[in-house]
Amino acid sequence: MKAIWPVIKKELLSYFTSPIAYIVISVFLLLSGFFFYSLVWWFNSQAMQMAQNPDYYQQVNINQMVFAPLFHNLSIILLLMLPLLSMRLFSEEKKMGTEELLFTSPVSVIQIILGKYLASLIVLFTMLFLSAIPTIFTFIYGNPEPLPYLMGYLGLFLLGAAFLGLGVFWSSLTENQIVSAVLTFGTLLLFWVLSWAGYSARGLWQDVLNYLSFFEHFDGMTKGILDTSDLVYYLSFAFFGLFLTNSVIQFRRWR
Amino acid sequence: MIETENLTKKYGDLVAIKDLSFKVEKGKIWGLLGPNAAGKTTTMRILTGFLPATEGRAMVAGYDVFEQPEAVKQSIGYLPETVPVYPEMTVEAYLGFVAEIKKVPRSKKKGAVDRAVEIAGLQPVRKRLIRNISRGYKQRVGIAQALIHNPQVVILDEPTIGLDPAQIVEIRQLIKSLKSEHTVMLSTHLLAEVTQVCDGVVIINEGQLMASGSLEELSATFKEKDGVYLRLKKSDNEILSLFRQLPGIDKVYLEGLEIKVEWDRSKDMREQVVRLCLEKQLGLLEMRSTAMNIEELYLRIVSGGMES
Repeated sequence: MKAIWPVIKKELLSYFTSPIAYIVISVFLLLSGFFFYSLVWWFNSQAMQMAQNPDYYQQVNINQMVFAPLFHNLSIILLLMLPLLSMRLFSEEKKMGTEELLFTSPVSVIQIILGKYLASLIVLFTMLFLSAIPTIFTFIYGNPEPLPYLMGYLGLFLLGAAFLGLGVFWSSLTENQIVSAVLTFGTLLLFWVLSWAGYSARGLWQDVLNYLSFFEHFDGMTKGILDTSDLVYYLSFAFFGLFLTNSVIQFRRWR
Repeated sequence: MIETENLTKKYGDLVAIKDLSFKVEKGKIWGLLGPNAAGKTTTMRILTGFLPATEGRAMVAGYDVFEQPEAVKQSIGYLPETVPVYPEMTVEAYLGFVAEIKKVPRSKKKGAVDRAVEIAGLQPVRKRLIRNISRGYKQRVGIAQALIHNPQVVILDEPTIGLDPAQIVEIRQLIKSLKSEHTVMLSTHLLAEVTQVCDGVVIINEGQLMASGSLEELSATFKEKDGVYLRLKKSDNEILSLFRQLPGIDKVYLEGLEIKVEWDRSKDMREQVVRLCLEKQLGLLEMRSTAMNIEELYLRIVSGGMES
Protein backbone atom coordinates (compact mmCIF):
# COMPACT_ATOMS: atom_id res chain seq x y z
CA MET A 1 0.00 0.00 0.00
CA LYS A 2 2.93 2.28 0.79
CA ALA A 3 4.11 2.03 -2.82
CA ILE A 4 0.59 2.43 -4.23
CA TRP A 5 -0.23 5.61 -2.34
CA PRO A 6 2.04 7.96 -4.37
CA VAL A 7 0.44 6.65 -7.57
CA ILE A 8 -3.06 7.24 -6.16
CA LYS A 9 -2.13 10.79 -5.09
CA LYS A 10 -0.61 11.59 -8.47
CA GLU A 11 -3.65 10.26 -10.33
CA LEU A 12 -6.06 12.24 -8.16
CA LEU A 13 -3.97 15.34 -8.78
CA SER A 14 -4.12 14.67 -12.53
CA TYR A 15 -7.90 14.21 -12.38
CA PHE A 16 -8.49 17.41 -10.47
CA THR A 17 -5.98 19.62 -12.24
CA SER A 18 -7.63 18.87 -15.57
CA PRO A 19 -11.25 19.73 -16.37
CA ILE A 20 -12.21 16.08 -16.97
CA ALA A 21 -13.09 15.10 -13.37
CA TYR A 22 -15.00 18.35 -12.77
CA ILE A 23 -16.99 17.94 -15.98
CA VAL A 24 -17.78 14.26 -15.40
CA ILE A 25 -18.81 14.87 -11.78
CA SER A 26 -20.84 17.98 -12.63
CA VAL A 27 -22.73 16.36 -15.49
CA PHE A 28 -23.35 13.27 -13.38
CA LEU A 29 -24.72 15.38 -10.52
CA LEU A 30 -26.83 17.47 -12.85
CA LEU A 31 -28.42 14.42 -14.44
CA SER A 32 -28.82 12.53 -11.17
CA GLY A 33 -30.41 15.64 -9.61
CA PHE A 34 -32.77 15.97 -12.54
CA PHE A 35 -33.85 12.32 -12.38
CA PHE A 36 -34.25 12.46 -8.62
CA TYR A 37 -36.36 15.61 -8.80
CA SER A 38 -38.52 14.17 -11.60
CA LEU A 39 -39.05 10.91 -9.77
CA VAL A 40 -39.92 12.64 -6.48
CA TRP A 41 -42.32 14.93 -8.31
CA TRP A 42 -43.94 11.94 -10.02
CA PHE A 43 -44.04 10.02 -6.74
CA ASN A 44 -45.80 12.94 -5.03
CA SER A 45 -48.46 13.19 -7.66
CA GLN A 46 -49.01 9.40 -7.61
CA ALA A 47 -49.08 9.34 -3.82
CA MET A 48 -51.70 12.10 -3.72
CA GLN A 49 -53.89 10.24 -6.20
CA MET A 50 -53.48 6.97 -4.37
CA ALA A 51 -54.20 8.60 -1.03
CA GLN A 52 -57.81 8.93 -2.15
CA ASN A 53 -58.10 5.15 -2.20
CA PRO A 54 -56.84 3.38 0.97
CA ASP A 55 -56.35 0.06 -0.94
CA TYR A 56 -53.93 1.62 -3.38
CA TYR A 57 -52.28 3.74 -0.72
CA GLN A 58 -50.85 0.57 0.84
CA GLN A 59 -48.83 0.13 -2.35
CA VAL A 60 -47.10 3.51 -2.16
CA ASN A 61 -43.45 2.72 -1.60
CA ILE A 62 -40.76 5.37 -2.08
CA ASN A 63 -38.01 2.78 -2.48
CA GLN A 64 -39.72 1.14 -5.40
CA MET A 65 -41.15 4.28 -6.95
CA VAL A 66 -38.20 6.65 -6.53
CA PHE A 67 -34.98 4.90 -5.63
CA ALA A 68 -35.18 1.75 -7.76
CA PRO A 69 -35.77 3.72 -11.01
CA LEU A 70 -33.26 6.36 -9.88
CA PHE A 71 -30.56 3.73 -9.44
CA HIS A 72 -31.33 2.25 -12.83
CA ASN A 73 -31.06 5.67 -14.43
CA LEU A 74 -27.81 6.36 -12.59
CA SER A 75 -26.40 3.05 -13.77
CA ILE A 76 -26.93 4.11 -17.39
CA ILE A 77 -25.35 7.50 -16.71
CA LEU A 78 -22.36 5.72 -15.18
CA LEU A 79 -22.09 3.59 -18.30
CA LEU A 80 -21.89 6.79 -20.34
CA MET A 81 -19.61 8.76 -18.05
CA LEU A 82 -17.09 6.34 -16.57
CA PRO A 83 -15.26 5.60 -19.84
CA LEU A 84 -14.30 9.29 -19.70
CA LEU A 85 -12.67 8.74 -16.32
CA SER A 86 -10.76 5.62 -17.28
CA MET A 87 -9.71 6.62 -20.80
CA ARG A 88 -6.60 8.54 -19.79
CA LEU A 89 -5.22 6.23 -17.13
CA PHE A 90 -2.61 4.43 -19.24
CA SER A 91 -3.19 6.04 -22.66
CA GLU A 92 -1.85 9.36 -21.47
CA GLU A 93 1.22 7.81 -19.84
CA LYS A 94 2.04 6.13 -23.11
CA LYS A 95 1.48 9.26 -25.16
CA MET A 96 3.47 11.51 -22.84
CA GLY A 97 6.33 9.00 -22.47
CA THR A 98 5.88 8.94 -18.70
CA GLU A 99 5.33 5.18 -18.64
CA GLU A 100 9.10 4.82 -18.87
CA LEU A 101 9.39 6.70 -15.59
CA LEU A 102 6.79 4.50 -13.92
CA PHE A 103 8.03 1.17 -15.23
CA THR A 104 11.68 1.91 -14.43
CA SER A 105 10.84 2.85 -10.85
CA PRO A 106 10.98 0.25 -8.07
CA VAL A 107 7.14 0.21 -7.97
CA SER A 108 5.77 -2.97 -9.56
CA VAL A 109 3.42 -2.95 -12.56
CA ILE A 110 0.64 -4.40 -10.41
CA GLN A 111 1.08 -1.63 -7.84
CA ILE A 112 0.91 0.98 -10.60
CA ILE A 113 -2.28 -0.56 -12.02
CA LEU A 114 -3.86 -0.74 -8.57
CA GLY A 115 -2.85 2.85 -7.78
CA LYS A 116 -4.48 4.15 -10.93
CA TYR A 117 -7.57 1.99 -10.48
CA LEU A 118 -8.04 2.98 -6.84
CA ALA A 119 -7.74 6.67 -7.78
CA SER A 120 -10.55 6.23 -10.32
CA LEU A 121 -12.62 4.42 -7.65
CA ILE A 122 -12.13 7.39 -5.32
CA VAL A 123 -13.51 9.71 -8.02
CA LEU A 124 -16.43 7.30 -8.53
CA PHE A 125 -17.09 7.24 -4.79
CA THR A 126 -17.03 11.06 -4.72
CA MET A 127 -19.56 11.19 -7.56
CA LEU A 128 -21.92 8.77 -5.85
CA PHE A 129 -21.49 10.40 -2.44
CA LEU A 130 -22.31 13.84 -3.80
CA SER A 131 -25.29 12.49 -5.74
CA ALA A 132 -26.59 10.93 -2.50
CA ILE A 133 -26.75 14.24 -0.62
CA PRO A 134 -30.10 15.43 -2.05
CA THR A 135 -31.65 11.99 -1.55
CA ILE A 136 -31.00 12.19 2.20
CA PHE A 137 -33.88 14.66 2.41
CA THR A 138 -36.28 11.82 1.69
CA PHE A 139 -35.23 10.32 5.01
CA ILE A 140 -35.99 13.61 6.77
CA TYR A 141 -39.40 14.12 5.18
CA GLY A 142 -40.36 10.49 4.52
CA ASN A 143 -39.61 7.00 5.68
CA PRO A 144 -37.81 5.00 2.99
CA GLU A 145 -36.24 1.70 3.95
CA PRO A 146 -32.51 2.32 4.43
CA LEU A 147 -31.32 -1.15 3.42
CA PRO A 148 -32.49 -1.14 -0.24
CA TYR A 149 -31.24 2.46 -0.47
CA LEU A 150 -27.76 1.55 0.78
CA MET A 151 -27.71 -1.63 -1.31
CA GLY A 152 -28.61 0.42 -4.37
CA TYR A 153 -25.63 2.69 -3.83
CA LEU A 154 -23.39 -0.28 -3.12
CA GLY A 155 -24.64 -1.81 -6.37
CA LEU A 156 -23.87 1.40 -8.25
CA PHE A 157 -20.38 1.46 -6.77
CA LEU A 158 -19.73 -2.18 -7.70
CA LEU A 159 -21.14 -1.61 -11.18
CA GLY A 160 -18.89 1.43 -11.59
CA ALA A 161 -15.92 -0.54 -10.28
CA ALA A 162 -16.52 -3.17 -12.96
CA PHE A 163 -16.87 -0.47 -15.64
CA LEU A 164 -13.61 1.14 -14.54
CA GLY A 165 -11.80 -2.21 -14.49
CA LEU A 166 -12.73 -2.67 -18.13
CA GLY A 167 -11.81 0.94 -18.90
CA VAL A 168 -8.33 0.55 -17.40
CA PHE A 169 -7.80 -2.47 -19.65
CA TRP A 170 -8.76 -0.60 -22.82
CA SER A 171 -6.64 2.40 -21.88
CA SER A 172 -3.61 0.10 -21.59
CA LEU A 173 -4.04 -0.94 -25.21
CA THR A 174 -3.92 2.42 -26.92
CA GLU A 175 -2.28 5.81 -26.56
CA ASN A 176 -5.36 7.52 -27.93
CA GLN A 177 -7.78 8.49 -25.18
CA ILE A 178 -10.77 8.76 -27.51
CA VAL A 179 -10.16 5.25 -28.86
CA SER A 180 -9.87 3.99 -25.29
CA ALA A 181 -13.18 5.66 -24.29
CA VAL A 182 -15.04 4.43 -27.38
CA LEU A 183 -13.84 0.85 -26.91
CA THR A 184 -14.83 0.90 -23.24
CA PHE A 185 -18.20 2.38 -24.04
CA GLY A 186 -18.79 -0.14 -26.84
CA THR A 187 -17.90 -3.11 -24.64
CA LEU A 188 -20.11 -1.86 -21.82
CA LEU A 189 -23.01 -1.44 -24.22
CA LEU A 190 -22.45 -4.97 -25.45
CA PHE A 191 -22.66 -6.33 -21.92
CA TRP A 192 -25.75 -4.22 -21.36
CA VAL A 193 -27.60 -5.59 -24.38
CA LEU A 194 -26.66 -9.17 -23.49
CA SER A 195 -29.67 -9.25 -21.21
CA TRP A 196 -31.92 -8.34 -24.19
CA ALA A 197 -30.49 -11.25 -26.10
CA GLY A 198 -31.08 -13.33 -22.99
CA TYR A 199 -34.82 -12.67 -23.16
CA SER A 200 -35.11 -14.28 -26.57
CA ALA A 201 -32.67 -17.13 -25.88
CA ARG A 202 -33.64 -20.46 -24.37
CA GLY A 203 -32.25 -22.85 -21.78
CA LEU A 204 -28.58 -22.69 -20.92
CA TRP A 205 -27.91 -19.80 -23.32
CA GLN A 206 -30.48 -17.70 -21.53
CA ASP A 207 -28.82 -18.40 -18.19
CA VAL A 208 -25.35 -17.62 -19.56
CA LEU A 209 -26.41 -14.39 -21.25
CA ASN A 210 -28.34 -13.24 -18.22
CA TYR A 211 -25.40 -14.03 -15.96
CA LEU A 212 -23.04 -12.02 -18.15
CA SER A 213 -25.30 -8.95 -18.27
CA PHE A 214 -24.36 -6.14 -15.89
CA PHE A 215 -27.88 -5.13 -15.11
CA GLU A 216 -29.34 -8.52 -14.21
CA HIS A 217 -27.03 -8.47 -11.20
CA PHE A 218 -27.94 -4.91 -10.35
CA ASP A 219 -31.70 -5.49 -10.11
CA GLY A 220 -31.58 -7.43 -6.87
CA MET A 221 -29.44 -4.83 -5.16
CA THR A 222 -31.93 -2.03 -5.87
CA LYS A 223 -34.45 -4.16 -3.98
CA GLY A 224 -32.11 -4.52 -1.02
CA ILE A 225 -30.99 -8.07 -1.80
CA LEU A 226 -27.28 -8.75 -1.65
CA ASP A 227 -26.63 -12.00 -3.46
CA THR A 228 -23.08 -13.32 -3.17
CA SER A 229 -23.12 -14.29 -6.83
CA ASP A 230 -23.77 -10.62 -7.78
CA LEU A 231 -20.91 -9.49 -5.58
CA VAL A 232 -18.62 -12.15 -7.06
CA TYR A 233 -19.69 -11.15 -10.58
CA TYR A 234 -18.77 -7.49 -10.17
CA LEU A 235 -15.57 -8.12 -8.26
CA SER A 236 -14.40 -10.79 -10.68
CA PHE A 237 -15.27 -8.53 -13.62
CA ALA A 238 -13.14 -5.72 -12.16
CA PHE A 239 -10.38 -8.17 -11.27
CA PHE A 240 -10.45 -9.62 -14.79
CA GLY A 241 -10.08 -6.11 -16.25
CA LEU A 242 -7.04 -5.43 -14.06
CA PHE A 243 -5.60 -8.86 -14.80
CA LEU A 244 -5.88 -8.22 -18.55
CA THR A 245 -4.27 -4.79 -18.07
CA ASN A 246 -1.31 -6.41 -16.35
CA SER A 247 -1.10 -9.03 -19.11
CA VAL A 248 -1.16 -6.35 -21.84
CA ILE A 249 1.61 -4.33 -20.18
CA GLN A 250 3.76 -7.40 -19.55
CA PHE A 251 3.16 -8.71 -23.06
CA ARG A 252 4.15 -5.40 -24.61
CA ARG A 253 7.41 -5.45 -22.71
CA TRP A 254 8.21 -9.11 -23.29
CA ARG A 255 7.18 -9.50 -26.90
CA MET B 1 29.46 -0.62 -12.67
CA ILE B 2 27.61 -1.46 -15.91
CA GLU B 3 28.38 -4.72 -17.66
CA THR B 4 26.64 -6.57 -20.44
CA GLU B 5 27.35 -10.01 -21.80
CA ASN B 6 26.01 -11.14 -25.18
CA LEU B 7 22.95 -8.98 -24.75
CA THR B 8 20.41 -9.66 -27.50
CA LYS B 9 16.97 -8.22 -28.08
CA LYS B 10 14.61 -9.38 -30.81
CA TYR B 11 11.25 -7.87 -31.70
CA GLY B 12 9.72 -10.79 -33.54
CA ASP B 13 12.10 -11.41 -36.45
CA LEU B 14 13.75 -8.02 -36.09
CA VAL B 15 17.02 -8.12 -34.20
CA ALA B 16 17.39 -4.80 -32.38
CA ILE B 17 20.68 -5.65 -30.64
CA LYS B 18 22.86 -8.70 -30.98
CA ASP B 19 25.53 -10.12 -28.66
CA LEU B 20 26.33 -6.77 -27.12
CA SER B 21 29.11 -7.01 -24.53
CA PHE B 22 30.70 -3.99 -22.90
CA LYS B 23 31.81 -2.64 -19.56
CA VAL B 24 31.60 0.80 -17.97
CA GLU B 25 33.80 1.54 -14.99
CA LYS B 26 32.69 3.26 -11.81
CA GLY B 27 32.85 7.06 -11.75
CA LYS B 28 33.14 7.48 -15.52
CA ILE B 29 30.98 9.12 -18.12
CA TRP B 30 30.51 6.78 -21.02
CA GLY B 31 28.85 7.63 -24.33
CA LEU B 32 26.70 5.24 -26.30
CA LEU B 33 27.15 6.18 -29.94
CA GLY B 34 25.58 4.92 -33.10
CA PRO B 35 23.49 5.96 -36.08
CA ASN B 36 19.69 6.06 -35.94
CA ALA B 37 18.11 2.66 -35.21
CA ALA B 38 21.48 1.30 -34.07
CA GLY B 39 19.89 -0.04 -30.86
CA LYS B 40 20.98 2.66 -28.39
CA THR B 41 17.56 3.23 -26.83
CA THR B 42 16.85 -0.51 -26.71
CA THR B 43 20.15 -1.07 -24.88
CA MET B 44 19.31 1.66 -22.38
CA ARG B 45 15.79 0.35 -21.87
CA ILE B 46 17.16 -3.10 -21.11
CA LEU B 47 19.70 -1.70 -18.64
CA THR B 48 16.97 0.22 -16.82
CA GLY B 49 14.65 -2.79 -16.63
CA PHE B 50 12.04 -1.23 -18.90
CA LEU B 51 12.49 -3.98 -21.48
CA PRO B 52 13.66 -7.53 -20.94
CA ALA B 53 16.43 -8.90 -23.14
CA THR B 54 15.81 -11.93 -25.33
CA GLU B 55 19.21 -13.38 -24.45
CA GLY B 56 22.32 -12.44 -22.54
CA ARG B 57 23.06 -10.86 -19.21
CA ALA B 58 23.29 -7.32 -17.87
CA MET B 59 24.66 -6.19 -14.52
CA VAL B 60 24.15 -2.73 -13.10
CA ALA B 61 25.69 -1.62 -9.80
CA GLY B 62 26.44 -5.24 -8.99
CA TYR B 63 22.87 -6.45 -9.52
CA ASP B 64 21.58 -8.65 -12.29
CA VAL B 65 18.99 -6.68 -14.28
CA PHE B 66 16.85 -9.77 -14.86
CA GLU B 67 17.28 -11.49 -11.50
CA GLN B 68 17.12 -8.42 -9.24
CA PRO B 69 15.15 -5.83 -11.22
CA GLU B 70 13.95 -3.94 -8.16
CA ALA B 71 17.49 -3.48 -6.79
CA VAL B 72 18.64 -2.34 -10.24
CA LYS B 73 15.77 0.15 -10.53
CA GLN B 74 16.65 1.48 -7.10
CA SER B 75 20.29 1.97 -8.21
CA ILE B 76 19.52 3.66 -11.53
CA GLY B 77 18.41 7.14 -12.48
CA TYR B 78 17.03 7.22 -16.00
CA LEU B 79 16.21 10.07 -18.35
CA PRO B 80 14.41 8.63 -21.39
CA GLU B 81 14.53 10.36 -24.77
CA THR B 82 11.15 11.97 -24.12
CA VAL B 83 11.40 13.76 -20.80
CA PRO B 84 8.85 11.95 -18.61
CA VAL B 85 7.12 14.88 -16.94
CA TYR B 86 3.52 15.60 -16.00
CA PRO B 87 2.72 19.10 -17.27
CA GLU B 88 -0.06 19.62 -14.75
CA MET B 89 2.34 19.29 -11.80
CA THR B 90 4.69 21.88 -10.37
CA VAL B 91 8.41 21.06 -10.55
CA GLU B 92 8.50 20.54 -6.79
CA ALA B 93 5.39 18.32 -6.69
CA TYR B 94 6.71 16.26 -9.59
CA LEU B 95 10.09 15.70 -7.95
CA GLY B 96 8.29 14.83 -4.71
CA PHE B 97 6.23 12.23 -6.59
CA VAL B 98 9.33 10.74 -8.22
CA ALA B 99 11.06 10.63 -4.82
CA GLU B 100 8.10 8.67 -3.46
CA ILE B 101 7.98 6.10 -6.26
CA LYS B 102 11.77 5.76 -6.03
CA LYS B 103 11.17 4.89 -2.38
CA VAL B 104 13.09 7.76 -0.82
CA PRO B 105 12.17 7.59 2.90
CA ARG B 106 9.55 10.16 3.89
CA SER B 107 11.93 11.87 6.32
CA LYS B 108 14.50 12.40 3.53
CA LYS B 109 12.07 13.38 0.79
CA LYS B 110 12.31 17.13 1.21
CA GLY B 111 16.09 16.98 1.39
CA ALA B 112 16.20 14.85 -1.78
CA VAL B 113 14.00 17.31 -3.66
CA ASP B 114 16.10 20.27 -2.48
CA ARG B 115 19.30 18.53 -3.52
CA ALA B 116 17.97 17.64 -6.99
CA VAL B 117 16.70 21.20 -7.45
CA GLU B 118 20.10 22.52 -6.44
CA ILE B 119 22.11 20.20 -8.71
CA ALA B 120 19.90 20.77 -11.74
CA GLY B 121 19.64 24.54 -11.16
CA LEU B 122 15.86 24.53 -10.89
CA GLN B 123 15.56 27.07 -8.09
CA PRO B 124 13.91 29.78 -10.27
CA VAL B 125 11.16 27.42 -11.46
CA ARG B 126 10.61 25.02 -8.57
CA LYS B 127 7.13 26.35 -7.77
CA ARG B 128 6.03 26.67 -11.40
CA LEU B 129 3.85 24.28 -13.39
CA ILE B 130 5.95 22.14 -15.70
CA ARG B 131 3.75 23.05 -18.67
CA ASN B 132 4.85 26.68 -18.25
CA ILE B 133 8.64 26.21 -18.17
CA SER B 134 11.06 26.25 -21.10
CA ARG B 135 12.36 23.20 -22.92
CA GLY B 136 15.76 23.63 -21.30
CA TYR B 137 14.25 23.65 -17.83
CA LYS B 138 12.13 20.60 -18.68
CA GLN B 139 15.32 18.78 -19.63
CA ARG B 140 16.80 19.84 -16.31
CA VAL B 141 13.70 18.55 -14.53
CA GLY B 142 14.27 15.25 -16.36
CA ILE B 143 17.84 15.11 -15.10
CA ALA B 144 16.74 16.13 -11.60
CA GLN B 145 14.23 13.25 -11.45
CA ALA B 146 16.98 10.86 -12.52
CA LEU B 147 19.13 12.04 -9.61
CA ILE B 148 16.45 12.38 -6.96
CA HIS B 149 17.29 9.13 -5.11
CA ASN B 150 21.03 9.66 -5.51
CA PRO B 151 21.52 6.58 -7.71
CA GLN B 152 24.89 5.00 -8.35
CA VAL B 153 24.24 4.86 -12.09
CA VAL B 154 22.66 7.55 -14.24
CA ILE B 155 21.46 6.69 -17.75
CA LEU B 156 20.61 9.57 -20.07
CA ASP B 157 19.07 9.00 -23.50
CA GLU B 158 19.96 11.95 -25.76
CA PRO B 159 20.03 14.48 -22.93
CA THR B 160 20.70 17.54 -25.10
CA ILE B 161 18.37 16.82 -28.00
CA GLY B 162 16.22 19.76 -29.05
CA LEU B 163 18.03 22.31 -26.91
CA ASP B 164 19.50 25.60 -28.08
CA PRO B 165 23.32 26.02 -28.02
CA ALA B 166 23.38 27.84 -24.68
CA GLN B 167 21.17 25.20 -23.07
CA ILE B 168 23.36 22.44 -24.54
CA VAL B 169 26.44 23.95 -22.89
CA GLU B 170 24.58 24.20 -19.57
CA ILE B 171 23.35 20.61 -19.67
CA ARG B 172 26.83 19.33 -20.62
CA GLN B 173 28.32 21.17 -17.65
CA LEU B 174 25.67 19.62 -15.47
CA ILE B 175 26.42 16.11 -16.78
CA LYS B 176 30.16 16.60 -16.27
CA SER B 177 29.52 17.62 -12.68
CA LEU B 178 27.75 14.29 -12.03
CA LYS B 179 30.96 12.33 -12.53
CA SER B 180 32.18 12.83 -9.00
CA GLU B 181 29.30 10.89 -7.46
CA HIS B 182 27.74 8.83 -10.23
CA THR B 183 28.59 6.58 -13.12
CA VAL B 184 26.93 8.04 -16.19
CA MET B 185 26.01 6.48 -19.50
CA LEU B 186 24.56 8.75 -22.16
CA SER B 187 23.49 8.22 -25.71
CA THR B 188 23.95 10.96 -28.25
CA HIS B 189 24.19 11.74 -31.94
CA LEU B 190 26.47 14.68 -31.27
CA LEU B 191 30.07 13.61 -31.61
CA ALA B 192 31.34 16.86 -30.13
CA GLU B 193 29.37 16.03 -27.01
CA VAL B 194 31.34 12.82 -26.62
CA THR B 195 34.70 14.58 -26.78
CA GLN B 196 33.58 17.25 -24.35
CA VAL B 197 31.78 15.10 -21.82
CA CYS B 198 32.71 11.43 -22.08
CA ASP B 199 35.66 9.42 -20.82
CA GLY B 200 34.93 6.66 -23.26
CA VAL B 201 32.46 5.34 -25.78
CA VAL B 202 30.56 2.26 -26.80
CA ILE B 203 29.87 2.45 -30.52
CA ILE B 204 27.12 0.27 -31.92
CA ASN B 205 25.74 -0.11 -35.40
CA GLU B 206 22.79 -2.22 -36.52
CA GLY B 207 22.57 -3.62 -33.01
CA GLN B 208 26.14 -4.87 -32.91
CA LEU B 209 29.10 -3.64 -30.95
CA MET B 210 31.61 -1.94 -33.23
CA ALA B 211 34.04 -0.60 -30.64
CA SER B 212 34.37 0.16 -26.96
CA GLY B 213 37.01 2.04 -25.00
CA SER B 214 38.42 5.48 -24.26
CA LEU B 215 38.79 7.86 -27.20
CA GLU B 216 42.59 7.67 -27.00
CA GLU B 217 42.50 3.88 -27.03
CA LEU B 218 40.20 3.77 -30.02
CA SER B 219 42.18 6.39 -31.89
CA ALA B 220 45.39 4.48 -31.21
CA THR B 221 43.86 1.28 -32.58
CA PHE B 222 43.66 2.88 -36.00
CA LYS B 223 47.03 4.55 -36.08
CA GLU B 224 50.54 3.22 -36.16
CA LYS B 225 52.11 6.64 -36.16
CA ASP B 226 51.69 9.78 -34.14
CA GLY B 227 52.48 13.24 -35.39
CA VAL B 228 51.67 16.92 -35.88
CA TYR B 229 50.55 19.29 -38.60
CA LEU B 230 52.70 22.43 -38.72
CA ARG B 231 51.81 25.73 -40.30
CA LEU B 232 54.91 27.84 -40.89
CA LYS B 233 55.44 31.22 -42.51
CA LYS B 234 57.25 29.43 -45.30
CA SER B 235 57.25 25.76 -46.33
CA ASP B 236 59.84 24.48 -48.81
CA ASN B 237 62.08 21.44 -49.34
CA GLU B 238 64.89 22.98 -47.32
CA ILE B 239 62.64 23.24 -44.30
CA LEU B 240 61.31 19.70 -44.81
CA SER B 241 64.84 18.35 -44.81
CA LEU B 242 65.52 20.10 -41.48
CA PHE B 243 62.77 18.07 -39.88
CA ARG B 244 63.92 14.86 -41.62
CA GLN B 245 67.30 15.25 -39.96
CA LEU B 246 65.73 15.23 -36.53
CA PRO B 247 66.44 11.81 -34.90
CA GLY B 248 63.23 9.78 -34.33
CA ILE B 249 61.25 11.38 -37.15
CA ASP B 250 59.94 8.84 -39.65
CA LYS B 251 58.15 10.86 -42.28
CA VAL B 252 57.91 14.52 -43.27
CA TYR B 253 55.81 15.77 -46.17
CA LEU B 254 53.64 18.60 -47.36
CA GLU B 255 49.85 18.35 -47.14
CA GLY B 256 48.44 21.48 -48.73
CA LEU B 257 49.89 24.42 -46.90
CA GLU B 258 50.79 22.32 -43.86
CA ILE B 259 53.80 20.14 -43.11
CA LYS B 260 52.93 16.74 -41.67
CA VAL B 261 55.60 15.34 -39.36
CA GLU B 262 55.19 11.72 -38.21
CA TRP B 263 57.00 9.48 -35.75
CA ASP B 264 56.46 6.11 -34.14
CA ARG B 265 53.57 5.93 -31.66
CA SER B 266 55.89 4.86 -28.86
CA LYS B 267 57.64 8.26 -28.86
CA ASP B 268 56.55 11.85 -28.27
CA MET B 269 58.55 14.23 -30.52
CA ARG B 270 56.44 17.34 -30.09
CA GLU B 271 58.96 19.14 -27.85
CA GLN B 272 61.85 18.55 -30.27
CA VAL B 273 59.77 19.71 -33.21
CA VAL B 274 58.86 22.97 -31.47
CA ARG B 275 62.45 23.53 -30.34
CA LEU B 276 63.66 23.13 -33.92
CA CYS B 277 61.09 25.63 -35.16
CA LEU B 278 62.21 28.19 -32.59
CA GLU B 279 65.96 27.63 -32.96
CA LYS B 280 65.82 27.89 -36.77
CA GLN B 281 63.25 30.71 -36.57
CA LEU B 282 60.90 28.96 -38.97
CA GLY B 283 57.95 31.23 -38.12
CA LEU B 284 55.65 28.70 -36.41
CA LEU B 285 52.07 29.89 -36.80
CA GLU B 286 50.14 26.79 -35.76
CA MET B 287 50.68 23.23 -34.59
CA ARG B 288 48.01 20.54 -34.11
CA SER B 289 47.97 16.84 -33.49
CA THR B 290 47.34 14.37 -36.29
CA ALA B 291 45.29 12.28 -33.84
CA MET B 292 42.08 11.23 -35.44
CA ASN B 293 39.19 13.47 -34.51
CA ILE B 294 36.01 11.94 -33.24
CA GLU B 295 34.18 12.32 -36.56
CA GLU B 296 36.89 10.42 -38.44
CA LEU B 297 37.05 7.81 -35.74
CA TYR B 298 33.29 7.34 -35.65
CA LEU B 299 32.96 7.07 -39.42
CA ARG B 300 35.76 4.55 -39.68
CA ILE B 301 34.33 2.42 -36.88
CA VAL B 302 30.74 2.55 -38.07
CA SER B 303 31.74 1.78 -41.64
CA GLY B 304 33.49 -1.35 -40.40
CA GLY B 305 37.02 -0.04 -40.08
CA MET B 306 37.49 -1.61 -36.68
CA GLU B 307 36.77 -5.09 -37.95
CA SER B 308 39.26 -4.71 -40.76
